[in-house]
Amino acid sequence: MIRRAVVLLVILAAFAMVAPVLAPYGAGDAFRDFLHAPPMRPHLDGLSPRVHPLVLADRLEQRFEPDRSRSVKLPWVERDEHAPVFLMGADDFGRDVLSRLLYGARTSIGLALVATLGAVLIGAFAGAFAGYQGGWIDDAIMRIADFVLVLPAIYVVLVLRAMLPLVLPATTVFLLISWIFVVVGWPFVAKGVRGIVAAEAGREYVQAARSLGASPLRILTVHLIPACAGHLVVQATLLLPAYILAEATLSFIGLGFPDPVASWGTMLAGAGNYNAVSRFPWTLTPALAIFAVVLATNLVAANDAPRSR
Amino acid sequence: MGRYLARRLAFALLLVLVVSSSALLLTRLAPGDFAAEQGLDLDAASRERLRLDLGLDQPIAQQYLSWLGGVVRFDFGTSLLYSRPVSAIVGERAVNTAVLAAIALIVATLVGVPLGIYSGTSTGPGRSIVRTLSIIGLSVPPLVGSLALVFVAARTGWFPVGGMTSSASGALSATEWLADLARHLPLPALALALPLAASLERLQSEAIAAASHESFVAASRARGVDRMRTILHHAWPVSLRPVLGFYGVMIGSLFSGSFIVEVVTSWPGLGRLMFDALKARDMFLVAGCAATGALFLAAGTLVADLLLAYTDPRVRSGERR
Repeated sequence: MIRRAVVLLVILAAFAMVAPVLAPYGAGDAFRDFLHAPPMRPHLDGLSPRVHPLVLADRLEQRFEPDRSRSVKLPWVERDEHAPVFLMGADDFGRDVLSRLLYGARTSIGLALVATLGAVLIGAFAGAFAGYQGGWIDDAIMRIADFVLVLPAIYVVLVLRAMLPLVLPATTVFLLISWIFVVVGWPFVAKGVRGIVAAEAGREYVQAARSLGASPLRILTVHLIPACAGHLVVQATLLLPAYILAEATLSFIGLGFPDPVASWGTMLAGAGNYNAVSRFPWTLTPALAIFAVVLATNLVAANDAPRSR
Repeated sequence: MGRYLARRLAFALLLVLVVSSSALLLTRLAPGDFAAEQGLDLDAASRERLRLDLGLDQPIAQQYLSWLGGVVRFDFGTSLLYSRPVSAIVGERAVNTAVLAAIALIVATLVGVPLGIYSGTSTGPGRSIVRTLSIIGLSVPPLVGSLALVFVAARTGWFPVGGMTSSASGALSATEWLADLARHLPLPALALALPLAASLERLQSEAIAAASHESFVAASRARGVDRMRTILHHAWPVSLRPVLGFYGVMIGSLFSGSFIVEVVTSWPGLGRLMFDALKARDMFLVAGCAATGALFLAAGTLVADLLLAYTDPRVRSGERR
């Protein structure tokens, strides 16, 4: 499982970085004449894929119809500002859902990765320190970890986020939310690390290192934390989808990123009401993206179960 | 057993106190207060007057101590947002959340456990179908699930969407009201129950598969006890431990999940109330919600642990597994 989990994490990180490059339009490019335009179906004209441009059939109902007499090339090949191509439809500002989904991948997966990295680092050090020191330090750190674990994480995130000013610039939001996520995530990592370190600290190789005069910091970073690598990878694969979901939840209720920023949560926030869901279901595509990421992590985790039995 | 219960009750009390106190203090320390969140129609002078009237100008220590003094007498203060006693508002909403969570828990159990027993003991093609469905179910978190169900409901009209009862429910008789509630319940309960049912199925499946390899199962089969009876009377009770242990974890998931389900489907529960209270900086209401949530959580984990102790005497005596 560990190798597959590493592969998945690398793929997601690479996807988050590359995704915006693949987007045909900018995340904020709004086409005012195409509010809630439906997804357009490409067809083959010879060998090159073409799309019939949309014409507004009824402004009041926001109904569009494809103009079969004309066809335009896909936006990656040739961009026509008057006949934009929405392969996954457009949202309430006339922005391309596909482009925002790809830009949103950078925000949502990027935030989750940063928070995961933070939680794994802090959790590893807190857990290793507790396990290595033992005594009251161990007790204190683990009591705090247990307390955080008992609480339903989304409420802790909610309270901590609501405590901060509600309107903030996007980069500040990114940093604040990743810190909040680290606060609720580190105990999951720390508990396992503490157990492994406490068990390993008595082993011969640690005694050997100590008798050679290695400092506690060196023993922790060079010998003990690498012993937890498997546990750290497993926890990272579990935290990542949870963080993506938490961002979506926060942005959905309006405590996440401010609107022009594309994230899977902000996109769902515009799509989540009854009217939008029934009339413009293509705006729900970020929910499918979240489903896909969670499914991928579950598949990585699940295929392992029969062998461990 | 008495000491065990006493220790758990003391922990529950501490949890409620710490959670509600920190919620109150954090809300008080947050930038902006209730008066500042009252919109633009209030000028500076009336904002100040509101602050004085509500006692928001008092030092934080004094506010906290007088709140604590009330809590000892089960008086959780008055909501600034609704001008009603916190306990009354929280009570109504807590019942709604409890109904939703309980139904979801029952549905998840009735679906997940039997399917898990089936997929853990059978060898037919049904086994991989159940397993695949479970992994898909696990991947549908309540946010995604409730949005998907709202979409289905909007397209098909099978369920009403939004709220707990129809808007005209005031004029209904008790039975009509219950029928109305029963029509509104499936959507949010299903969204909440789906990933939990899948988790239960996976756990039960693995646990009973492991238990089926025990020698007493083979012995019982060798003596000629039929397969169904062996599974249900011999393998299943032994496999219950990890499943019941998961119920303690599930209480937390139910709470976290019900928050977003309540927001998406406009279910008037504790989660939405807490969110509204947080946004309005209504610190007493926030503390009341947090206290109730912590109480549910402590009670839920206690019940789950007692169930566990009932099936495994080693836990009862405080012995480590």
